[in-house]
Amino acid sequence: MTDATASTPLKHTPLRDVHVKAGAKMVPFGGWDMPVQYTGIIDEHRTVRGAVGLFDISHMGEFEVRGADALAAVQRLCTNDASTLAIGQVQYAALCYPEGGIVDDLTVYRLAPDHFMLVVNASNIEKDWAWVTSHSEGRAQWANVSDETALLAVQGPKAEALVARLADRDVTGIDYYHFARGKVAGVDGLISRTGYTGEDGFELYVPAGQAERLWSALLEAGRGDGIKPIGLGARDTLRLEMKYALYGNDIDQTTNPLEAGLGWVVKPAKGEFIGRGAVEALRARGVGRKLVGFEMAERAVPRHGYRLLAGGAPVGVVTSGSFGPSVERSIGMGYVASPQTAVGTELAVEIRGALHPARVVKTPFHPSHTKKA
Amino acid sequence: MANVPAELRYTREHEWAKVEGDRARVGITAFAQEQLGDVVFVELPKVGAKVTAMKTFGVVESVKAVSDLFAPVTGEVVEINAELPKKPEVVNTDPYGQGWMLVIRMSNPKEADGLMSAADYEKLTAGAGH
Repeated sequence: MTDATASTPLKHTPLRDVHVKAGAKMVPFGGWDMPVQYTGIIDEHRTVRGAVGLFDISHMGEFEVRGADALAAVQRLCTNDASTLAIGQVQYAALCYPEGGIVDDLTVYRLAPDHFMLVVNASNIEKDWAWVTSHSEGRAQWANVSDETALLAVQGPKAEALVARLADRDVTGIDYYHFARGKVAGVDGLISRTGYTGEDGFELYVPAGQAERLWSALLEAGRGDGIKPIGLGARDTLRLEMKYALYGNDIDQTTNPLEAGLGWVVKPAKGEFIGRGAVEALRARGVGRKLVGFEMAERAVPRHGYRLLAGGAPVGVVTSGSFGPSVERSIGMGYVASPQTAVGTELAVEIRGALHPARVVKTPFHPSHTKKA
Repeated sequence: MANVPAELRYTREHEWAKVEGDRARVGITAFAQEQLGDVVFVELPKVGAKVTAMKTFGVVESVKAVSDLFAPVTGEVVEINAELPKKPEVVNTDPYGQGWMLVIRMSNPKEADGLMSAADYEKLTAGAGH
């Protein structure tokens, strides 16, 4: 794999040296030197599904916007309706181009009535920063706090009890896609009931200088639970089993939210936003292809860019694929032309010149265990 | 330091060959499996297929990556490891034993003399990897 930013020095999270010392295998990801695995992707994946895992995802970007027109700015940029957010609530959304393509997908946090935090993908921080600041209007002050913010994810069935033991406030009452301010292991930050694994758990936003202290405290306190540090490899297989989209793989400038199955975060009734006209036109006309989940009959692995066929004719392309450690088979996501998108449709993936049978299946591939509101 | 058995011969592409008369049993090295990570699929030729030294004979897929497998020697495939489709993880747990991939009947058994010794292979991998 070629990394577009290989010529420039890789960026480091505050925990980069901790990962190296712990023996993690490091790889370039979106311009960052990140741990891809510690003990092994399958072992780490199963640790998160069965116990609890700890992720350093400090490479993610955080922007804050505040001021009398902060809500108006967020509403103009994002596809979802941020006016419905209570203080302490989180929302998944997309930033779109006027033509309907996706700038990025993100989560929006309402910190106060006129104060929001937008959490964006690491590989898109510079692009998104330019985008939001150049398309903002009125009295809205933007701050890129990515460098001073560390983000640790604690995910798995034992995550809630672990964080509860270390927190200075009740965390069990924090609902899914909600957050609260509080201290964990003495480190002050945002305790957010969100994640990218399909398991219950938290994402903890803390000052970069406190990241190592929190990391160590969680590993120490979680030892009896079997906690392990988890690399980006398992993060990818965990999200794939949930059919969560990954920017750059499943969604990008050339895909729109409707075909990506993200129509539920597009709210045209809220009023004007960038891309609204294009997405509304698409909705009226209907999309010609959809992002589907499929499973392979054998273990050959479908990978990004491989062709999808039906009845011998090309019908689409694989956007993500892997062996799924929890479903114990090879699975993938890809764009498929209508009408080959129905569950049960027989497809074939072209792998190294040979056709391998696959079938469109219901998703998520593995049942979600996130906290229900 | 990865495990490099002295009695085997090696390729620069990280395959090992165990030469027994005119036959060579082939697999990938401990170093290779460690670099690949969890192996989830191995694609092998059929018995009877012809393979050529330093040309690909199949692929090994880990969760993250797909890598070509290179034949250490030229000849005919006379045996393949039928357990690998069901238990590809043995390539990780026992790369020189249960993780073997195929047996080649060599067209020219002297060809194996040109493969790397364990000492040379150790030099190749020393300092490589992470």
